[in-house]
Amino acid sequence: MPRIINLMVNGEKCQVIVEPAESLLDVLRVKLNKTGTKKGCNEGDCGACTVIMNGRPVNACLVLAFEADNADILTIEGLADNAQLHPLQESFIKYGGLQCGFCTPGMIMIAKALLDRNPNPTEEEIRKAIAGNVCRCTGYVKIVQSISEAAKLIRGEAAHE
Amino acid sequence: MSEHTEHSVLGKRIPGIDSHEKVSGVAKFTADMVLPNMLYGKILRSPHAHAEIVSIDVSKAEALPGVKCVLTGKDTLGKKQGIWRRFPELCDEEILCRTKVRYIGDPVAAVAAVDEDTAAEALKLIKVEYKILPAVFDPKEAIREDAPQIHNGVEMNINVNRHIEWGDVDEAFQRCDHVREDYFYCDSQAHACMETHCAISSFGYDGKLTIWASSQSPYYVQVLLAGMLDMREGDIRVIKPYVGGGFGGKLSLDAAEFCSALLSQRLYRPVKIVFTREEEFSATKRRTPMYYALKLGATKDGKILAKEARVITEGGAYTSMGATALYLTGFFSSFPYKIPNYRYDGFRVYTNTEPTSAMRGFGAPQAVFAGESQLDMMAHDLGIDPMEMRKINGMTPNYTVPGQAQIQSCGLPECLTAMNKFLKKRDKLPPNHGIGVASYGFMSGGIFNWIDTPYAFSAAIVKINVDGKVDLFTGATDSGQGANTTLTMICAEELGVKMDDIRLHIGDTALCPVDLGNWGSRTTLMNGNAVKLAAADAKRQLLEFASYKLKPNIVYDLNIKNCFVHFTDRPERGISYYDVVRDAIRGKEGNTIIGRGHYTPHGKGMVSPAYSFGVQAVEVEVDTETGQVHLVEVTTAHESGTVVNPIGLEGQLEGAFHMAAGYALMEDMQMKDGKLQANNFRDYKLLLAPDMPKTNILEIDTFEQEGPFGAKEAGEGLTNPTAGAIANAVYNAVGVRITTLPITPEKVLKALEEKKQKKHEAAMEARVESPAV
Repeated sequence: MPRIINLMVNGEKCQVIVEPAESLLDVLRVKLNKTGTKKGCNEGDCGACTVIMNGRPVNACLVLAFEADNADILTIEGLADNAQLHPLQESFIKYGGLQCGFCTPGMIMIAKALLDRNPNPTEEEIRKAIAGNVCRCTGYVKIVQSISEAAKLIRGEAAHE
Repeated sequence: MSEHTEHSVLGKRIPGIDSHEKVSGVAKFTADMVLPNMLYGKILRSPHAHAEIVSIDVSKAEALPGVKCVLTGKDTLGKKQGIWRRFPELCDEEILCRTKVRYIGDPVAAVAAVDEDTAAEALKLIKVEYKILPAVFDPKEAIREDAPQIHNGVEMNINVNRHIEWGDVDEAFQRCDHVREDYFYCDSQAHACMETHCAISSFGYDGKLTIWASSQSPYYVQVLLAGMLDMREGDIRVIKPYVGGGFGGKLSLDAAEFCSALLSQRLYRPVKIVFTREEEFSATKRRTPMYYALKLGATKDGKILAKEARVITEGGAYTSMGATALYLTGFFSSFPYKIPNYRYDGFRVYTNTEPTSAMRGFGAPQAVFAGESQLDMMAHDLGIDPMEMRKINGMTPNYTVPGQAQIQSCGLPECLTAMNKFLKKRDKLPPNHGIGVASYGFMSGGIFNWIDTPYAFSAAIVKINVDGKVDLFTGATDSGQGANTTLTMICAEELGVKMDDIRLHIGDTALCPVDLGNWGSRTTLMNGNAVKLAAADAKRQLLEFASYKLKPNIVYDLNIKNCFVHFTDRPERGISYYDVVRDAIRGKEGNTIIGRGHYTPHGKGMVSPAYSFGVQAVEVEVDTETGQVHLVEVTTAHESGTVVNPIGLEGQLEGAFHMAAGYALMEDMQMKDGKLQANNFRDYKLLLAPDMPKTNILEIDTFEQEGPFGAKEAGEGLTNPTAGAIANAVYNAVGVRITTLPITPEKVLKALEEKKQKKHEAAMEARVESPAV
């Protein structure tokens, strides 16, 4: 039976009618038109659909929409503050932490979750944190660098451009 | 010769011009697009490797509420297509099979419905009656006389064969002090693009088709689709939004494109098809597996006199671009060495498996794995340092590959010197550590026109508007590798304007001049040349008007740099670019200024107008308990002519290593009776962030006369050396030689076990022979 769920997506209240088997990912992409979150495998293996739900990173494809009722969701579209990009977004641009860009939203969201709980991660901690997110283009080198530089920006140890 | 210092845009670390859209979730990929009144398509695929289609009953599927249309092979025009259009017998793929399926995954029906779930449900209601035929999976079995025939009239299932020869090979082997014969096997590999294949087709009441496709060559999609649907090329518009990776996998006309077009043509509504990850793994194209038999002969001081390569490749069910891989593996098997006598015989054999085609490196990674492994083995036999052997035989500038190619710039000697210096600085390695080296060379675009186009290989148009804003139109394709930024930089450099002055229009066959797409490392050199010429054409028109104003003596030249039109020799004297543009447009009766450029290589041999070179050293640690090979550090000495964008170049290098190291160590497309065993990211192992080693880059400066501002290939060639370097490193670490890819822990353990056994046997023999001791 379809059911109505309430979501807070990027600070906006949403009410959606969902089917029992529907995933949070499909709700975001199809019903709410938040296509920044990508569908890479739809089985929880690639991390392209990573969003932050109630403060924790999740693979949106593995979360049933029912489970997300009343949840607070942050997607890539909610990261920038109007014209001001998030430090992670700034760093990914500056240090070339992306190529095709398809894994990028998920990568930035998993990095955001990491920096929220650990503002000063080591390189190893960064690599471990993004181990569930597949990137086929970059070899991860510049992604790791981008996250590390973003952490410095957030800690105030580096200046915005 | 280097001209770096004179550049105002090239050589700078310029972030990708599309990065802002990509980091903010704004960038639209085909999979993200929704059109009004759109339907969703799904494809029914064969569960059998080889079978006749006896009948298909779609009535139950059609009756399912929400289903709008079900089509089978009978609803097509019954045509076959392929990228090798010059050879009709190689156009062998119907896409929607009419009478026979040839691999597990071959499409047999397509459904359009109101949503994906309904379309998927409908697939289950289609009844296909098959008559199962004997199937063959191994190319060595498929060439036997009694093997099942996969395509009518194709004897012994041989799809294509290629022969390359120069010198007197047999005579030269006689003169060698040492000759080795070795056998290698290179496994397949999945492109595993993060965005799966997808397309949206919209056929209108005006009889015209627009298709949005995740493609590496909108032009190929346009012409191949026109053939399949019997439509005029110009009535098909292909638009390429952002593409989530290609790596050679998005070149052929695919089932998402063809089936969505067919369904839309029937329904006059947009139809979207997105492949699942399982379809992406098991029913697209993949890297070509190859059996390599190599014979190498050298003098005792390490000079190679002759080489012979005999290769059988697993073609899978169709030709696609696999015929090109067969040729290129044979050509690059002689690289990057001056081999005076060389012979190659390659056979591409049809099998009842997923078709094989282009993938980053395009046949060369297989050749280089086998060749660089054997080179080390030869050096070991002769007691010569493998680096020395590479130096003795390595290509140098202006070398002619007999009857095949003309090498112009070549930084291989400098790369070898830089690598030697780096290696000498290394301390003694810990136990079970080893460093292996491999060299490579690769092309900057192919001089191939198998698609049989009358157009130039690359073209560009530059339009200058009254405010100085430049519209750059080109058919090049950015699938993530950075062409958007590279081409904009080349345009800005030539025209003398800022990056921000240029607006790029790319990936739309209705607006952009034809380009063959991004494969064979063609974009920087070929499209870059077209863009540079178009910008130069527009600049010439501007300078005519600037001349009226600046009134230079006839012996002086004018140029534009940093938006300032000036005397070339007195850069402080001049006028603003923006003023000249306004004057020029006024002077042309209000016409905008349009520059045109095109590029097709002529007189550059059979393969490519330019080649780049490099040497890679990989340090590994082998766990002798588990057989696991850990990557410790990778160092690459590399040259690609003038560096357009260091960020892009490094990104290509790092990404190529990731893909090639995965190929060497773990990416495995094992099949069981033609069924792919790993069709998801859980089972298909690739390197993840914690697996990547420390990366060092030793950039060597070269200048390529044929390239735009001296630039050439960067990124695809870098997938070539890694597997050979890793195999050599494993040997240097623990003394076992693995000759088949991937180098799995099981193979390493088995080889270590055999080595131990041999040592034990030798010891026993020694004891028997000298009983007194």
